[in-house]
Amino acid sequence: MTPSRESGGEHVVQPPLPPGQHHKRSRREGLELYSARVPFRLKLVAVWVAILGVLVALFVAADFDTGWMRENAGFIARGITWTMIIAVLAIALACVLALLGALGRLSRNALAVGLTSFYTSFFRGTPLIVQLFLIYLALPQIGIALGDPWADILTLDVLTAGVIALGLNYGAYMTEIFRAGIQSVGHGQSEAAEALGMTYFQKMRRVVLPQALRVIIPPSGNEFIAMMKDTALVSFLGTSIDQMEIFRRAQLLGRADFRNLEALLVAALMYWGLTTIFQYFQLRLERRLSKGYVRGTARVAVAGQREPAPTTRKT
Amino acid sequence: MNHVSDESRALRVEGLWKSFGGHEVLKDVNLEVDPGQVVVIFGRSGSGKSTLLRCINFLEEPSEGTIEVAGIRIVGGGHRTRAKRERIRQVRIRTGMVFQDFNLFPHRTALQNITEGPVTVLGKSARDATATARELLALVGLPEKADQYPIQLSGGQQQRIAIARALAMNPKVMLFDEPTSALDPELIGEVLAVMRRLATELHMTMLVVTHEMGFAREVASRMVFVHEGQIIEEGPPSEVLSEPQRPETRRFLEAVL
Repeated sequence: MTPSRESGGEHVVQPPLPPGQHHKRSRREGLELYSARVPFRLKLVAVWVAILGVLVALFVAADFDTGWMRENAGFIARGITWTMIIAVLAIALACVLALLGALGRLSRNALAVGLTSFYTSFFRGTPLIVQLFLIYLALPQIGIALGDPWADILTLDVLTAGVIALGLNYGAYMTEIFRAGIQSVGHGQSEAAEALGMTYFQKMRRVVLPQALRVIIPPSGNEFIAMMKDTALVSFLGTSIDQMEIFRRAQLLGRADFRNLEALLVAALMYWGLTTIFQYFQLRLERRLSKGYVRGTARVAVAGQREPAPTTRKT
Repeated sequence: MNHVSDESRALRVEGLWKSFGGHEVLKDVNLEVDPGQVVVIFGRSGSGKSTLLRCINFLEEPSEGTIEVAGIRIVGGGHRTRAKRERIRQVRIRTGMVFQDFNLFPHRTALQNITEGPVTVLGKSARDATATARELLALVGLPEKADQYPIQLSGGQQQRIAIARALAMNPKVMLFDEPTSALDPELIGEVLAVMRRLATELHMTMLVVTHEMGFAREVASRMVFVHEGQIIEEGPPSEVLSEPQRPETRRFLEAVL
């Protein structure tokens, strides 16, 4: 035991007790010592069980009708298809917009920079619900003002309006994700591609974007999960009966039978299930993408892969 | 592949100036390289020798001057119009570049790194490109590394793959930008051996920025000393290395050798 350790450490070292004399434990200390012996995972499970127990107790107290839930879960579950359709189409649109937005932001063309900066500024600066209503309700007004054929073109059905609004909104946020991903690819990679005689698009498609994807995919997965939940906002536009997504079905059914707790709980569980399933696939995809960055079995830090900044290179 | 006239010269640099934000890095550099020649460019850190190399394939835009590679002339400076960008691309297709820090594509195997240019840029079939790539892997002594990713290779191996990648484009001129400077000392030899092979067996036209004076003495047809952005001395290695005319060259060689 060196003096420097004693003086420098935060933990005061207790002098050893004389033999035969036991340190008297407080109740609290006893609990702490007991808890330390229980494995972490077991404690984790216990916490979850406790939370679920409390919730179940509350549901029972609220005259919870599991029979109703079982009967009507099928009706609500049919909304999963529409929730997924909206989310998948909207994220596809968002990815295209984010890619264009990122390339625009990184270009030196004033038109491209102007368009993309306006786009991201507006769609990140206004609420999604406002954008939804703007596209569903306000666009037809502009269409009517413009006359034929715009009145028809700009009058969108609920689902199209929902997909476009979600896509535009998420695309604006994901522009930053894509931009950061593209910028994370070292300058040396660009130079190597250019030195081979690649055009801008060849360089992007073959060299930069495949590498940028590793950086882009994890946060984009989070965006998709958020998107699946935000599809619920589309129900505010009043979806028609056959196209209702999860939340709208739960809402209608819950109100009709005055079983709001049950209906909304079924909906919540479905969203939760969907997001959990997707998180699993996202993890697998991330693992696949790390191919080429793994030496043997040890994972190599991304930072170690980057070329030194161009300013540090020798002349 | 070369359908342009003037075969007598592989490379010509005329009146090349380059400045970075007011600081003049290259001042009126003139250089001619004949086919099959190996020209070693040497000089102190910051003398502008790398910039000279990077101006030749327009990774840096010259402020002024003309670059001519395999008969294609490009005037430096000014806006890069679509037509100029295309000519730059043609020059790049005809020049192979080897970088100090390899810059292999980490998401592609060694073989895929080599086939990338021929397939994407030259439009060759994957089969032809793969066959050529395997020959090149043998040439650089790494036939068994075809399916390895760059991260699984040593620095020396990566640089040899990078040389094969450049060669796959069947270039008229190879540009080497300090190809051994990022390598551990024990790996330098294998890269220089490959470069020596290119010079002696393939009679490749090469422009090499390097501090490896042993390599220069053995392989170079000509040595060019760059000092403060100007070529102040050039000649065959036997003369430049043993009897340097300029005091700057002498001082540099004393420090390096």
